[in-house]
Amino acid sequence: MIEFTFWDILRNLMFATRWTVLLSIAAFVGGGIVGVIILFLRISKAKWARRFASGYIALFQGTPLLMQLFLMFFGLPMLGFRIEPWTAAVLGLTFFASAYLAEIWRSGVDALPRGQWDAGASLGLHYIQELRLIILPQAFAITRAPVVGFLVQLIKATALTSIIGFEELLRTSNAINNATFEPFTVYGLVALIFFVLCYPLTQYARSLEARAAAR
Amino acid sequence: MSYSLDFGWLEGAVGAIARGAAMTVLLIVVTTIAGTLISVLAAAGRRSGPKWLQRAITVYVEVIRNTPFLVQLFFIFFGLPSLGIRLDPIVAAILAMTLNMAAYTTEIVGAGLDAVPKGQREAAAALGLRPRQVFVKIVLPQALKVIFPALTSQIVIMMLESSVVSQIAVSELTYEADMLQARTFRPFETYFVVAMIYLGLSVVLRRLLVGVGRRTLSAGVS
Repeated sequence: MIEFTFWDILRNLMFATRWTVLLSIAAFVGGGIVGVIILFLRISKAKWARRFASGYIALFQGTPLLMQLFLMFFGLPMLGFRIEPWTAAVLGLTFFASAYLAEIWRSGVDALPRGQWDAGASLGLHYIQELRLIILPQAFAITRAPVVGFLVQLIKATALTSIIGFEELLRTSNAINNATFEPFTVYGLVALIFFVLCYPLTQYARSLEARAAAR
Repeated sequence: MSYSLDFGWLEGAVGAIARGAAMTVLLIVVTTIAGTLISVLAAAGRRSGPKWLQRAITVYVEVIRNTPFLVQLFFIFFGLPSLGIRLDPIVAAILAMTLNMAAYTTEIVGAGLDAVPKGQREAAAALGLRPRQVFVKIVLPQALKVIFPALTSQIVIMMLESSVVSQIAVSELTYEADMLQARTFRPFETYFVVAMIYLGLSVVLRRLLVGVGRRTLSAGVS
């Protein structure tokens, strides 16, 4: 058996944290891009598009993320893609994030007064211009607090990708735990690292919320 | 595409899936009751308890809300035995779920308590009700009415999140799916069916809670 000191454990965990952070960023960016597309469909004038987007959101918000990851991991190879844990993790979390972000942004679009659309139309803007220049910037601005709040949720959600074999923080800690038999220390440290990642964002979301409420 | 879907295994799997679903329902029912009770106490304690208690509750809420549920579960199930606390998987799962949910619902219940106008408390006190009666009979029902939608969402989220307790071998729905797919070699179909069952459960659970909430909360409260 290899001897692990406390510092060995911590160093290994810090190395694995990179992957947690990287995965969170990739899923957040990917989820943002797909989320905007879903948002367009959700607020579109075509009924089928709105239906599809609502169904998409209901599906991802109504099933466990773990199931979504499993379906990615086992489903994509059937379509002929060679799948690795990293790909399944990024894609799974991207779709998951897109559903939540689209829903958050839609609430922002809904919160805007009808007059914003009318004003845009009276300036002669067409639909896409209205969205791009008037509606979306405001919708994004007023939903900044819930989006940051969701980012915290997403960072925590990356822990689930350890189950499909992606080597992030929690999976590394399982391996370290199997070698050291010090679960209290190892999982305690993992919790601490996640806390250090998430707590500042939680506080930031809170300050945004307070600022929005004061306005 | 050469792969074809096969659901032939489903017939022999109904029993296992039903057992798993029953365990998932049991977990969420126990968690909901225990979690809501704890969060009412914690939210009240955070507002009117002694300073040290308020601080302890804040720390608890922040720690739980800023760490993943799966890590909390592993800490309780694998970590606590080194302190001499050895828990059965089901007990560990219920404990982890309850502690997790209570942290979120403490914030929700707290917001509800803050939303009850001060005049309500004053009026109740003027009628000669004791502080505890004021809280239980006047403030709490009104607070619950305000927060019911948020509480419902949190319960559904917790039900979905309970799928990860399969990782400590609690034989709930996801665990049964893991076992099934190992036997049928049909992982995609198995997880698809189980995902749809979760979707159904979340729809039914939400309907049920909204129905119960409407009946019990609107009856006694203006």
